[in-house]
Amino acid sequence: MTAVDAGMLTTADGRPLKDALARAEGRAKRRAFLLVAPLLIFILVTFVWPILQVLEQSVYNPKFSDNMPGMVSWFASHPVGTEPDEAAYATLVGDLKAAAEAKTVAVVGERVNYALPGTRSLFTAVGRKAKTLEPPFKESLIAVDPKWGDPDLWGVMRQVAKPYTGDFFLAAVDLERDKNGSIVRVNENERVYVNLFLRTFAMSAFITAICLVLAYPVAHLLAVLPLRQSNLLMILVLLPFWTSLLVRTTSWMVLLQEQGVINNILVALGIISDDGRLQMINNRMGTTIAMTHILLPFMILPLYSVMRPIPPSYVRAARSLGATSWTAFRRVYFPQTVPGIGAGTLLVFILSVGYYITPALVGGSSGTLISNLIAFHVNKSNNWSMAAALATILLVAILILYWLYDKLVGIDKLKLG
Amino acid sequence: MSLPVYASPLERVWYYTFRAICALVFLFLIAPILVVIPLSFNAEAFFTFTQKMLHFDPSGYSLRWYDLLLTFPDVPTDVPRDAAWWATVWREAAWVNAAKNSVIVGFFATIIATTLGTLAALGLSRPEMPFRKVIMAILISPMIVPVIIITLGLFFFYSAIEVNKWGVPYLGVILAHATLGIPFVIITVTATLSGFDHSLTRAAANLGASPTRAFLKVVMPLITPGMISGALFAFVTSFDEVVVVLFVGRNDEQTIPRQMWNGIREQISPAILSVATILVIISIGLLASVELLRRRGERLRGMSPQ
Repeated sequence: MTAVDAGMLTTADGRPLKDALARAEGRAKRRAFLLVAPLLIFILVTFVWPILQVLEQSVYNPKFSDNMPGMVSWFASHPVGTEPDEAAYATLVGDLKAAAEAKTVAVVGERVNYALPGTRSLFTAVGRKAKTLEPPFKESLIAVDPKWGDPDLWGVMRQVAKPYTGDFFLAAVDLERDKNGSIVRVNENERVYVNLFLRTFAMSAFITAICLVLAYPVAHLLAVLPLRQSNLLMILVLLPFWTSLLVRTTSWMVLLQEQGVINNILVALGIISDDGRLQMINNRMGTTIAMTHILLPFMILPLYSVMRPIPPSYVRAARSLGATSWTAFRRVYFPQTVPGIGAGTLLVFILSVGYYITPALVGGSSGTLISNLIAFHVNKSNNWSMAAALATILLVAILILYWLYDKLVGIDKLKLG
Repeated sequence: MSLPVYASPLERVWYYTFRAICALVFLFLIAPILVVIPLSFNAEAFFTFTQKMLHFDPSGYSLRWYDLLLTFPDVPTDVPRDAAWWATVWREAAWVNAAKNSVIVGFFATIIATTLGTLAALGLSRPEMPFRKVIMAILISPMIVPVIIITLGLFFFYSAIEVNKWGVPYLGVILAHATLGIPFVIITVTATLSGFDHSLTRAAANLGASPTRAFLKVVMPLITPGMISGALFAFVTSFDEVVVVLFVGRNDEQTIPRQMWNGIREQISPAILSVATILVIISIGLLASVELLRRRGERLRGMSPQ
């Protein structure tokens, strides 16, 4: 007790009150955190860690460096522009023989092929003949295929020998390195990615705009009707929300296809002729219609939750003060709904930028989005690093929007139904 | 919002136009879902209404596509449908197996998501929770990040740890689906806890209840509706998920959405529509349960609608 200064408040057992309080608060904090900890660990393992792997994969590709160690050290010890001599070719053949033994020549060829298309067969061909190659290696390798003497190929091999590379990001924005290592735009007919990003954002913005136009009147109606009626009508909004995405996409395929319901109705009504049937699916229109339908509830619900609490007396007051109904809407009602517009617009835009399933099924080739290209690089072209680079760019865009959503709306305001 | 007596003619016109616009939007929302139901009874392999169907001719309708769900790919159709036949269906039919897989995956994913999610929501709604905003943002993000990016990450992660060789069937898919379902549980449970009066638990403690008892008797009844609707959301998320299954699931891990996906991509047949109809009916049931739970929750917290 003597250690405690006179005049300091203490608890019953003599500890300074401040310490006791801090300890109790610390305990409460730890207890709250312990409740969250299991989930946090789970999410870190099954979500955050895999996402970090995407980021790593986008700049790290050891397909060449792991399988061609001799070439890696040759490139390291010889500066850019060194003419490959017989020793270099001997190292190359040694590496190729080892890779052929380990059956990884195709992997190496794949990596070189990303940077210089058309070289995959070069490697697989030499892989089959690796054992028969005799010195002098330069002549015998060039005898297999003269391309082996091509300085372009050597330049590319030097680039891909580095496991860490920003090349995939360059490729993702339609840039590449030329022979001298400076960054240039790729050929006109190979520029696909920037256009696809632009198309993804433009289509998402368009879909968001249509959703807003369609959702605003409906949300307003739901907000001003008596609760009993609006709850009934709300079912019409919530049922699509609860229905399987594949079901809704299938329905649109049924409705929109050439021999489908909508075309048949239009033909029966005589609006279009039988051979003038509209092409509404497997193109941009199909994606737009189906995605608008799927995302519309995500616009209606936030608008509704903002419009519901607006007292109707405000507009009535404006009217009785002499405003026309348009002015009353524009100056009094609309400004109060802006938070809902912000929330719904951001949410719909975020969701539509990353859409995969619907564009894949009804988008054809002109209605696909960036997600479909990511899937293509995983499934078909097997270029994981390219997929990862595209995914990283998309992720950064989404996270910026998410941050914006949190600033403007707050994630704890997110509500379901 | 009835039309006031002083409304001008122009306002009257607008009033009815407005209602008509809303009706059209509602039609846009609901018609595509309802249109598959009659089409799934089509007797022909068409995706549109045949003349017979339009004239309500009974021979234009049939249950053949529902029958196909039981017999596809090679359950015999020309034998009597006794117990042995049904046993074959249960074992062999592709759609029945897909349904079984979907339920298994959905069940375990829901259990994981609901347990962990509810615990975390309890922690997050405590006022003392440190780093609340950041942690909340991380836990909600699986809902925001495009599923293709999550799938890509899992694809790398699972091939690095070779989860498919661990001998636990569906493990990779279940963990992924639990991750996707967690934000829904967090959102619904924290919503039931918003405005929760923490003096209630203190009062319970004051009256001699142990923390466990206070939790079971005071907190549990309040969060149960939120927990169940969160669980339903998580289950639906898993039941409807196709991208993860396509990319990281083993070939024999066929779920209903994956089977549908294959059906749509390869040869779309009206059998897809009969599956769709069944799924629509399930979602109507789920919607009804969530709606009832929400009202019950509001009543419990004394927030019943006026």
